[in-house]
Amino acid sequence: MRARTTRDRLGRPPALLMVPAALATLLLLVPLVAMVAATNWQALPGHLTSQVALEALRLSLVTSTVAIVLCLLLGLPLAWLLARVDFRGRGALRALVTVPLVLPPVVAGVALRSAFGRTGVIGAPLLEWTGFAFPFTAYGVVLAHVFVSMPFVVIAIEGALRSADPRFDEAAATLGATRWTTFRRVTVPLALPGVIAGTVLGWARSLGEFGATITFNGNYPGRTQTMPTLIYVARQSDADAALSLSLVMLVVSIGVLVALRDHWLGTP
Amino acid sequence: MRTPLGSSLVADLDVAGRVRAAFTAAPGEVMAIIGPNGAGKSSLLHAVAGLVDVTGHARLGDTDLLATPVRERRVGLVFQGQLLFPHLSAVDNVAFGLRARGESKAAAGAVAREWLERFRIGDLAERRPRELSGGQAQRVAIARALATDPDVLLLDEPFTGLDVSVQMALRIELGQHLRDFPGIALLVTHDAIDALTLADRVLVLDEGQVAQVGPPAEVAAEPRTAHVARLVGLNLVADGDDLMAFTPDAVVVSRTEPEGSTRLRWHGPIATLAPHGDAVRLLVHASPDLLADVTPAAATELGLVPGAEVWLSTKATAVSRYGARAGAGGTGR
Repeated sequence: MRARTTRDRLGRPPALLMVPAALATLLLLVPLVAMVAATNWQALPGHLTSQVALEALRLSLVTSTVAIVLCLLLGLPLAWLLARVDFRGRGALRALVTVPLVLPPVVAGVALRSAFGRTGVIGAPLLEWTGFAFPFTAYGVVLAHVFVSMPFVVIAIEGALRSADPRFDEAAATLGATRWTTFRRVTVPLALPGVIAGTVLGWARSLGEFGATITFNGNYPGRTQTMPTLIYVARQSDADAALSLSLVMLVVSIGVLVALRDHWLGTP
Repeated sequence: MRTPLGSSLVADLDVAGRVRAAFTAAPGEVMAIIGPNGAGKSSLLHAVAGLVDVTGHARLGDTDLLATPVRERRVGLVFQGQLLFPHLSAVDNVAFGLRARGESKAAAGAVAREWLERFRIGDLAERRPRELSGGQAQRVAIARALATDPDVLLLDEPFTGLDVSVQMALRIELGQHLRDFPGIALLVTHDAIDALTLADRVLVLDEGQVAQVGPPAEVAAEPRTAHVARLVGLNLVADGDDLMAFTPDAVVVSRTEPEGSTRLRWHGPIATLAPHGDAVRLLVHASPDLLADVTPAAATELGLVPGAEVWLSTKATAVSRYGARAGAGGTGR
């Protein structure tokens, strides 16, 4: 006789729930499978090793990695501040950090223009004093990536810091540790899995960044053309190439999921 | 800077809504803090360590403790549940305070190993906390607090959650370390045996107030709170401004109202019966609750079962009578 599971004891799952659930699964899965099926495998190596693809891939990897390092250097302290320091306006600051998370990326690009564009609030004096301007450079790409990825990093790491028992910080203080020592030797090591997860998540977000990047920096091969923006233009001229490049991004995305599986897919 | 030897702790602390207590403690002294759950024991320790908001004053020698940040207080706190850093080995946990105070990694590690040796767990130095038993982890936690050479050692229920046999061994061991410890030790416990065996003085907290301060023997003989009376196994009855304490074996149990004129008699149903040594100990819901020891034979003969109504009485000569408020060991408040 078959062992009875909890599901059986509570009754059969109703079709009213099962059918929409199946539809949702199909909706998410079919496009990805179709994309893999439509890939021209003979042409794939050529697409991926073309000059323009390699340049875009290199730029994407470099800018995303630099961006995520900056996100971590700036975002980890901000996450700590939100998680561990009681101050007026903490809730408001947290809400502010979340805004870019829900902002349409193209709007983020317009906002970045207003601040760091050649005539922007910061961009204009910067250009005047140093002759340097962010837009249409790899630096601009990094800036756009930092802007859109930072909220992911901060929110994820803040959650990790919050779930680490703050009494360990108290224990460190009674042993004579400064807050900096405690941060370095206790708080961050205890939250490390969450910090890494937040970083990888932010990196993936950065790698896929399209709207803010193209709005702020345009789409110049070798300078500001990243994988997503290359896919966007390739789609108009060479659909097969766009498919091949998209496949690379799909593989990277699945790689991120696998890397974080313990973190998110751990629940049965 | 270490405060000069001989500096006492003089404190009058008020943690809003939790506890208000004034007390002094001298170097080398072990003061047990006992009381029921919610009496404010842990809050008092955390106030001395600086981990909760507190008003009042606390001086340790020349130092104004409340004006000193937590990390500069020279106070070692052994947390309930140890709170060993899970990502650090035992030796790194013990070395943490020394390193935080600027010792080199090598010097701090050497001192930490000495402390582990002193607690006879030197061979466990490289283990992570999750690889330690409860008793071993508690030794590491105490060593971690002592390694920073504190002026005040705070122990928050150090035996809670350990097996009884482990508790016994650790209690003896801790007693040795406390004798060697030159500073002030405050020990929060809910076990009378800790207070009786480890402490020089006992501070009894009840509902956030100091109910009694005195040497363990005196507190055990003349308890002022029902909680302490229960801990030491005494019956405690209020009689006007006086308290009367008497042992359960001085109580006579009968099914009918006792003859004679004694005022010392109470009536109520039996709540529980449990073996206690050679006797059977009854808890009777009289007013107040009273304990009575009877022989197993008498228990059978009298038909003593839970719910049975009984009369309890005792002789005036078996009762220790003392003032509810007056007495030695006051805190000078």
